[in-house]
Amino acid sequence: MVVLAIPFTVAAMHTADVPKAGVYLLANAVAGLLTLVVSVLLFAVGGVLAVVVVGLPLLAGLALIGLPVAAVERRLQRLVDARPLPHRHRVPPEPGLASWLRTRYTEAGTWRELGFAGLLMTVLWPVDLLAVVLGVTVPLALLATPVLFGTLGDAEQVNVLKAYPVTSWPQAWLSAGAGVLAAVACAVGLVLLARLRAASARAVLLPRHDLGATVVELTRSRVRLVDAFEAERSRIERDLHDGAQQRLVALTVILGLARLDAEARLNAEERQDAESRADAEVRRDAESRAGAEAWGDAEVRRDAESRADAEVRGDAEVRRDAEPRAEAEAWGDAEARREADVRVDADRMLAEQLARAHDEAGRVLVELRELIRGIHPAVLTDFGLGAAVADLADRCPVPIDEDFDVPHRFSAAIESAAYFVVAEALANLAKHSGAARGAIAGGYTAGTLTVEVGDDGCGGADLDGGTGLLGLADRVSVVGGRLSLSSPPGGPTRLIVEIPCRPCG
Amino acid sequence: MPALRVVLAEDSVLLRDGLAGLLARFGHEVVAAVGDSDGLRAAVAAHQPDVVVTDVRMPPGFKDEGLRTALELRRRRPGLPVLVLSQYVETRYATELLNAGDGTHLGYLLKDRIGHVTEFVDALKRVVDGGTVVDPEVVRQMLRRHRDPLAALTAREREVLALVAEGRSNLAIATELTVAEASVAKHIRNILQKLGLSPAEETHRRVLAVLTYLRS
Repeated sequence: MVVLAIPFTVAAMHTADVPKAGVYLLANAVAGLLTLVVSVLLFAVGGVLAVVVVGLPLLAGLALIGLPVAAVERRLQRLVDARPLPHRHRVPPEPGLASWLRTRYTEAGTWRELGFAGLLMTVLWPVDLLAVVLGVTVPLALLATPVLFGTLGDAEQVNVLKAYPVTSWPQAWLSAGAGVLAAVACAVGLVLLARLRAASARAVLLPRHDLGATVVELTRSRVRLVDAFEAERSRIERDLHDGAQQRLVALTVILGLARLDAEARLNAEERQDAESRADAEVRRDAESRAGAEAWGDAEVRRDAESRADAEVRGDAEVRRDAEPRAEAEAWGDAEARREADVRVDADRMLAEQLARAHDEAGRVLVELRELIRGIHPAVLTDFGLGAAVADLADRCPVPIDEDFDVPHRFSAAIESAAYFVVAEALANLAKHSGAARGAIAGGYTAGTLTVEVGDDGCGGADLDGGTGLLGLADRVSVVGGRLSLSSPPGGPTRLIVEIPCRPCG
Repeated sequence: MPALRVVLAEDSVLLRDGLAGLLARFGHEVVAAVGDSDGLRAAVAAHQPDVVVTDVRMPPGFKDEGLRTALELRRRRPGLPVLVLSQYVETRYATELLNAGDGTHLGYLLKDRIGHVTEFVDALKRVVDGGTVVDPEVVRQMLRRHRDPLAALTAREREVLALVAEGRSNLAIATELTVAEASVAKHIRNILQKLGLSPAEETHRRVLAVLTYLRS
């Protein structure tokens, strides 16, 4: 496989790789030689001084020589391998030299690196050095044959690489031609060797199946996931609070004002309507009185036939004119009144619809508030676990004895893990337990946060029973805590969360 | 009612404008409308308003900065009317506010209430007139906690109280519950404290506690 891969590797090479490979190998040769010198020195001095005890730390320190060697290797590797080569050292749990030493001596990475240092100072550095020296000198010597032949050899004889004699110009030029080929071959060879070297260093320094490291990485990634989950909940809560909720409140203000306007207008119209009705009444009375008077006049006139026709005709005309006018006016009044009625009805309907919209917006606000509280309660962020748990106890439909006084603040992940366990436990208590009373107890003592939720109900709760407790147990375990549940059939149920932690803030 | 000079602190521009419009509509003057707690402090110092209306949650931390600033302003100028607007029905925020000074000239309203414009303006007026206004929803929440004085007691404390009501001595109770006499005394102290019985007269308190128990 490796042999088959070589042509592809060669095809993918760049000319820039050649000097990098050379530098990598040369630097490694130097580093290896230095390591050898330092190790031998330390060993010698330490060995001699071991008699007077002072040397023992020196010998012990020798075990750590892999640390700088591996650090140099990691840096040099960047020349030939773009993939990162991470170190697998743990972060010491406490500051200080003692903690650092303890961590370093007890982790596999240190010993791997020591192994690498041993390999480097015994086998690798001579190979590296030899490769660079040969790879540079052989092609150069071959290429330089015609020049040497013409100058130093006086066109008679020159010993190429001190090995074989060249005695004629064609031989010299042949040698130069071989030099070109050798240069290409050496360049490719150097790059291949550098990559092989890098790969072997990687193989030694980077364990392929490090179960411990995998567990550490998995644990870390689980914590990161929970943190990300927590951050995401906070973000959603913030977005809803600062976005939708504020807009809805602004909407209810607008609707409230509009409702006020609509009602004011409706009142004004009804008042105006009542006034104009009264006006029309008065006018109608006046008109019918006038008509009756005119009619009465005509009676009188008809009785008095001696009067002039013209006068009679004139009067009749007046009467004819007056009657339709009064009628038309009465008609117009009714029309206007009907119009006003329609308008008032429309306005009343509009006001009712506005009121409905306003009330609906109010209900949405209430629902949104509950939703946001369920996502991430602000009281937990602002006042901590004690206040948030008290609030949960207040809301529970079953009376809860609350004896949970924790003034401390903890990290957000711990607080919300504990909070959501209590929330879920109380929800289950209210829904399934049939309990008449519940209790929340706990506190922070001796470096452990304890929350206990109990009830006098029928028991039978189960972590796997799809109650959501299993997910919460996972969350608790991520923050290094433990959730235990005791709920025999017939009750009572007791749920205990213990999280070893330190208060912050 | 005379026009009020109001300093308004609310980080949502939309709502700030809405509130300013609403107050103007009822003839009040918004002398400054700010979006964070620093702005609020500066505006109160500069304008000496008749009343401060502030949101609980504000920049820079988007936690309860508005409430903290309100409390700080009250400490600096006791009796400064402050109406706090909030989205939180949790009683802790309201009690935190009401414990500031003598508890007058204070209001804690849910933002829902702003939409009921006349109610809101009335509440503002009551705060300025020296009253204490708490959102009905929050009051309901508070009452839920305090509906039964015995609800504050733990199961063990109720047990102890029941035995006290039977006329037993601390020693008898300790024997009955198989606990130390000292812890019975501690339970009784807690009971008396939770029932709000002042430590003036020991024996009298015991009787009152029993009465509370028997009435429930």
